[in-house]
Amino acid sequence: MSDKPKNTGKKTEQKAEQNQRLSVFKTYKLYVGGKFPRSESGRVYEVTDSKGQWLANAPRASRKDARDAVVAARKAFGGWSGATAYNRGQILYRVAEMLEGRRDQFVREVAEAEGLPKSRAAAQVDAAIDRWVWYAGWTDKIAQVVGGGNPVAGPYFNLSSPEPTGVVTVLAPQESSFLGLVSVLAPVIATGNTAVVIASEKFPLPALSLGEVLATSDVPGGVVNILTGGTAEIAAPLAAHQDVNAIDLAGADEALAKELEIAAADNLKRVVRPQPVDYFATPGIDRLTAFLETKTVWHPTGALGASGSSY
Amino acid sequence: MPTTAPPAAHAFTDVTASDSTLRRFLHGLPGVDTVGLEARAAALGTRSIKTTAKAYAIDLAISMVDLTTLEGADTPGKVRALGAKAVHPDPTDRTAPTTAAVCVYPDMVAAAKEAVAGSGVLVASVATAFPAGRAALDVKLADVRDAVAAGADEIDMVIDRGAFLAGRYLKVYDEIVAVKEASGAARLKVIFETGELSTYDNIRRASWLGMLAGADFIKTSTGKVAVNATPANTLLMLEAVRDFRAQTGIQVGVKPAGGIRTTKDAVKFLVLVNETAGTDWLDNHWFRFGASSLLNDLLMQRQKLATGRYSGPDYVTVD
Repeated sequence: MSDKPKNTGKKTEQKAEQNQRLSVFKTYKLYVGGKFPRSESGRVYEVTDSKGQWLANAPRASRKDARDAVVAARKAFGGWSGATAYNRGQILYRVAEMLEGRRDQFVREVAEAEGLPKSRAAAQVDAAIDRWVWYAGWTDKIAQVVGGGNPVAGPYFNLSSPEPTGVVTVLAPQESSFLGLVSVLAPVIATGNTAVVIASEKFPLPALSLGEVLATSDVPGGVVNILTGGTAEIAAPLAAHQDVNAIDLAGADEALAKELEIAAADNLKRVVRPQPVDYFATPGIDRLTAFLETKTVWHPTGALGASGSSY
Repeated sequence: MPTTAPPAAHAFTDVTASDSTLRRFLHGLPGVDTVGLEARAAALGTRSIKTTAKAYAIDLAISMVDLTTLEGADTPGKVRALGAKAVHPDPTDRTAPTTAAVCVYPDMVAAAKEAVAGSGVLVASVATAFPAGRAALDVKLADVRDAVAAGADEIDMVIDRGAFLAGRYLKVYDEIVAVKEASGAARLKVIFETGELSTYDNIRRASWLGMLAGADFIKTSTGKVAVNATPANTLLMLEAVRDFRAQTGIQVGVKPAGGIRTTKDAVKFLVLVNETAGTDWLDNHWFRFGASSLLNDLLMQRQKLATGRYSGPDYVTVD
């Protein structure tokens, strides 16, 4: 024990050496088709925290990245929309599980981006995780709520069933970088659509980290594609894109929303206009039904005997 | 003056005199620098083709497509649909050029001929026990005569890869000569199935062998094996037709087939043609794409250029 004081000096020296470890910066990348590419254009932009301190460089996606994302989303649509609702629910729940494990990272990213105290950022992240669970539960229940058998005057079964619209472009809310994003993304994919998401322009990092979570949650590649950069720049070609079936304008300001809605009219996209939303409140099923089509089938019941239907 | 001169160019009559002279000639061709060839093909693939050049390239590529269906499940109805598409690739835009040809099995030639009648679109037929080519010569020739009798304008034959790889070059040569004769007025495309020839040296030898035997076109592949047309093997074949013309004055066409699915790929091939063989080959008489799904991508890109909006698969046919 007598040599203890002698060693302390050495230990602090060692500690100082350890502290000189080079910092490992994270390269944030897009999430397209289950992969993490840089922007095709090679561009990035600086992301700062609420005090203007540099946080990271985020990729500034181009219209070609948007096109690639649509191709990936279209390719994934068949498998994802064809998966059983139960299976989709399992996968969405898995996303919540994975998020729970990386909760601290998301709390930090949200706090840095939006300039919130830790506790309020944590509340946002918790609400977002709960939102995934909530929508996971809806995947195999929505059909009973909005579909059904219709009474018709004739010897037919008349059945209406909801089907996903297709590829949906989502402009994530600009201010709520994570809870808002999850609140608009989860209902789109819960019903079997595939999504091309344009993350919040100012706070893109939580969205890019969400891509990493999705990639490890059994969500098939291409079901969710996340782009970052200038919202107006990326949204314009997507709104006009003939192979996009719907667009959620949550993250567009009034002028941009108008412009995009006009472009979207060309191939009759479904459009959800921006509206004030309290993302902490239980959402209701409006966003689920916004991206559903109703398929109605008439099926003959067979010949009617004198006593009525043989069924 | 003998009008029935040997199919080989006069300069090479000695070469095809016997199996040993032919082998000596083919093995005497310079070896291919694999690394250099692939690097050159890759470098030419990085050219940026935009705006008006892109519009030109897309229309040229459409006009070079041999729209192909070679399935066991082909029906006359499917062939008619294909023919209609070849004549009007984009029904919403009649300024789109027609494709060069439709390519079908011999028994579908009559149906194809009817579907494209009067449009200038040609009918090509695969023959000679396509795709394996494993049949006796008289069976192959009967196959060719059937196709020609049904009205095929072009014959796509496969070489006997087994004989080629075993070194029996003269057998392959004689077969091509016989098929050429059976084809009559129809232009002959000779398929080497480059994916089965193992080496670039073999592809160069096969190219020369085919051209010596009188091929009007040399074609990479059947589209039925794992490795089909690649930029590198097409570049090699383009070098061969360039050198052949330099030495004999005879121009031979090139047709990469299989695996070319996107406009980007097609434009890369056109760059190869322009930079290797030259502008003389930038014409559907001398260069073709054997493809089926490529045409839809070309049309979508064409629509994008015309309207400024990205198109989608809803706006082209489902084949």
